[in-house]
Amino acid sequence: MNDVSVTFSYAFAGSPCGGLRTRVRSAEVTMRPSGALWVEAERALVVADLHLEKGSSYAARGQMLPPYDTRETLRRLEAETAALSPQVVVLLGDTFHDRRAEARLAEDDAARLRTLAVGRTLVWVIGNHDADGPKALPGEAADELDLCGLRFRHEPQAGAQPGEVAGHLHPAAKVRAPRGVIRRRCFVTDGERVILPAFGAYAGGLNIRDAAFAGLFVRPPLAGALGPQAVRAIGWRQLTDD
Amino acid sequence: MADASGPTADLLPPRFADWFARRGWSPRAHQLEMVAQGRGGRDALLIAPTGGGKTLAGFLPSLIELAERPPANAPRGLHTLYISPLKALAVDVERNLGAPILEMGLPVTAESRTGDTGLSRRQRQRVKPPDILLTTPEQLALLCAWEGARLYFEDLRCVILDEIHTLHSSKRGDLLALDLARLQALAPNMRRVGLSATIDDPEVIKAWMASHRAAPGAGAEAITLVRGPPGAEPVVDVLLSEGRVPWSGHTAQHAMAEVYEQIRRARTALVFVNTRFQAEFAFQELWKLNEDALPIALHHGSLAAEQRRKVEAAMARGELRAVVCTSTLDLGIDWGDVDLVIQLASPKGASRMVQRIGRANHRLDEPSHALFVPANRFEMLECQAAREAIAENRLDGDPPRVGALDVLAQHVMGCAVSEPFDMLELYDEVRSAGPYRDLPWEDFEQVVDFVSTGGYALKTYDRFRRIVRLPDGRWKVRDLNVAQRHRLNVGAIVSPAMLSVRIATRGGKGGRKVGEVEEGMLEMLDPGDTFVFAGQVWALVGVTNLDVLVRPAPDRDAKMPSWGGSKFALSTYLAKRVRQLMFVEAHWTVLPADVREWLEVQKDKSLIVGEDELLLETFPHRKRQFLVCYPFEGRLAHTTLAMLLTRRLERLGVGPLGFVCNDYALAVWALNPMSGLDFDELFAQDMLGDDLESWLAESFMMKRAFKSCAIIAGLVEKRFTGEQQKTGRQITFSTDLIYDVLRRHEPDHLLLRCARADAASGLIDVARLSDMLARIKGRIRHAPLDHLSPFSVPILLEIGKERSPGGAGEMILAEAEAELIAEATQ
Repeated sequence: MNDVSVTFSYAFAGSPCGGLRTRVRSAEVTMRPSGALWVEAERALVVADLHLEKGSSYAARGQMLPPYDTRETLRRLEAETAALSPQVVVLLGDTFHDRRAEARLAEDDAARLRTLAVGRTLVWVIGNHDADGPKALPGEAADELDLCGLRFRHEPQAGAQPGEVAGHLHPAAKVRAPRGVIRRRCFVTDGERVILPAFGAYAGGLNIRDAAFAGLFVRPPLAGALGPQAVRAIGWRQLTDD
Repeated sequence: MADASGPTADLLPPRFADWFARRGWSPRAHQLEMVAQGRGGRDALLIAPTGGGKTLAGFLPSLIELAERPPANAPRGLHTLYISPLKALAVDVERNLGAPILEMGLPVTAESRTGDTGLSRRQRQRVKPPDILLTTPEQLALLCAWEGARLYFEDLRCVILDEIHTLHSSKRGDLLALDLARLQALAPNMRRVGLSATIDDPEVIKAWMASHRAAPGAGAEAITLVRGPPGAEPVVDVLLSEGRVPWSGHTAQHAMAEVYEQIRRARTALVFVNTRFQAEFAFQELWKLNEDALPIALHHGSLAAEQRRKVEAAMARGELRAVVCTSTLDLGIDWGDVDLVIQLASPKGASRMVQRIGRANHRLDEPSHALFVPANRFEMLECQAAREAIAENRLDGDPPRVGALDVLAQHVMGCAVSEPFDMLELYDEVRSAGPYRDLPWEDFEQVVDFVSTGGYALKTYDRFRRIVRLPDGRWKVRDLNVAQRHRLNVGAIVSPAMLSVRIATRGGKGGRKVGEVEEGMLEMLDPGDTFVFAGQVWALVGVTNLDVLVRPAPDRDAKMPSWGGSKFALSTYLAKRVRQLMFVEAHWTVLPADVREWLEVQKDKSLIVGEDELLLETFPHRKRQFLVCYPFEGRLAHTTLAMLLTRRLERLGVGPLGFVCNDYALAVWALNPMSGLDFDELFAQDMLGDDLESWLAESFMMKRAFKSCAIIAGLVEKRFTGEQQKTGRQITFSTDLIYDVLRRHEPDHLLLRCARADAASGLIDVARLSDMLARIKGRIRHAPLDHLSPFSVPILLEIGKERSPGGAGEMILAEAEAELIAEATQ
């Protein structure tokens, strides 16, 4: 990202739930402290990069990470669906950590995923970790989805993609202050597109000043850093490298 | 020195007696005593001052045994294993051992083996072991995790533990004790020998190093204590700097000219400081004064290894007049020429000081000379107390340790990698190690379950077991891959993440490496900021992955990060002595006039209280209300106390705004006055219950402790945090995520128990806080004042210099957001 000295201002506003409201193209969206994106006009809840069964994937290779990541991720997702009653839930790709992850799901976790689809549309956008889509679980698989003037896909495409909502990169923001340094998962948007933080309990973060984000934004973007109670709007100039 | 006469002289074979005579030496009594213990096959702990021929005493029995054994037809295994806390010491002892072996023409091979030993030599050592192997605890753990460990060690007769006082009271010591138990099982005739110059409580060390098998002749009683002659009493002075002792600070800048003068007068001086920052600062200051261009060098753990070795070599050649150093030189090879040890800033504990003073004058009949240089007024009290404690030979000890379970998990895996184990047999073996002698079976079972599947209540990983049960009921490692990964992860020392400091090239890449710094230090600097490192001023260019890029800064004055304080906590024993010194007026005569006057004014304006009382002052200052108290329990315990006090004050509606702590005192400030509070209630011991629990669970200290436990126990691998993404970029997958998930779904998991225990002892000092609260119960002396007191000045001066690592997360983000809003609305 170039160091642009001109300050662009973004319209953003807090909301009572701790979310941060902003616009992507013409659509109004809310970044939730959970890391989910809420598109109120369509009552659509969007979450990216759940990486379900990442723990068991490591365990199979000899690193016995606690086997609770899937239920923790689903617990947080259920909290969002309970709070918002969405009509559509969009899983924005890499929902499973690997192609065999669905087969490793514990029965009660699978049941919770089935419940998610009851009475609403569940869309599985295909990611690079889970290219096959769900095998036994309900819902529609899709490479892309258009909704409310926005285009939902897993991996952000190079060049101008107005209205793109994507995941894949696991954005994280790092802020340095005299009292210390803080690194958090974050949304990142320039008003043209928005990239969601990873929602999965074991999903790590990539600093948005990393070159992987270069060229995706037409101007220095705004980061929405996740906190326990609220999403904080952080300007590009306040961010720092890892 | 004691001459060998009478029957003990017969202990030495003629070849050895002649060798002593040729060198013009007489064997010392403790050396002969060690030979006698060796001949009797008994375990021994030798305490002898530096310069007393301690190392030779440790090796003599082995050398004699090796010299006397008949020639063998078959190649023989290892006879003696020497364990040193430092790589450099192992290599140095190898060199020193060469002289007697060569001069007596003994048929003995002695070789060192450390992380730096070349691959071919290590491979040869494995196939054809030397008679004596000199190595470190980490290498021993690795040797024990070999498939052929049983065969390799079956002939082992003796294990020598050098500088044993630095080995025992840590996770490193836990692992070593477990490996000793393993060695004993492989080689039942093995003797254990401990060596040390400074031990305050030999019983604690004996209990640690002993074998606690349920057998006759086991336990701490089985170890004979051998004492060398006491060395000459050290001469310790405190630099008084009449009239100029500062109120606060840790740099001792005021005394640098005097320190330089001392260096000028000495042959060779070691200048000890407590932190790397202090080392850099003192080095800069001394060079500013160095008109004589004396060769003064710098030595601390962040410098590149090559640079440290250069300094050590120059020191060994006698080319240096002084080295400014941190604890990196607390131990180590002998430099005969050092005649003065200077301690800059507070000593923190008497035992550490004895160790450091011991680095001077390795001749028993000449006293070591040491000079304490206090950096502020409280340190003046502390230095005087330490001087008196050393004169009375009263050292502060470590309490006996209970072995950590994460270390046990690493050991159990090591055992399974080496050969199949029977659970009951291994349980008995583990309990023969001092730190684990009271280990409950349930804990052991849990650890084995953890090693196998992660030990979760949710049993979904059974098919991924890392160790599996054989038909005969024994356990072994699943496959070579798991074994190999364990070997890469062995060793109980977990250091903070280190970044390489490199000079930036024109292309913005990392060039020559200058040294390493802890990750935390960088967090205080922005690109362009200047700082002192490796004795030079640098400007920060930027940070890439694991490199800190710097360029030489044109100006000599660096923007110094406030990196105050000491990483060592004031020892409990020394803290008590400071309180005593302070509260007995007749004692004040040892202090310089300005410090004495400071105490007088404190007595006049506020209070001086008894040694078991707690002085607590309340006063308004700059539109805020202050509460200051002086427990003298060290920064860690004070920080914990302050965190808990602010929670309580919050509930009482006082509106606390902040706090600051140092080793001696803590200050809390608030909106509303606090003089009317019930202080006995406020400091009631029950604050260590729920309040502590809920605060700790969220604290960064728990997360840090968890990370280290997870690495030691093998839950995650050392290189785990960097995970490659398809794009080839690093995604940080921190153990914090694992901590959060585990805490919610299985709060009683083994590793969380380990982390809680570590945090409570090492990071927040709960035990010490608890003792303090018990001590002051009903003994709080409150002084309600109209304005600040003389004692409160040093702590108030520290306000604003403090960072709050991890604690201020949300505030930082909220401020960043406010900044953006301000910018947008201008």
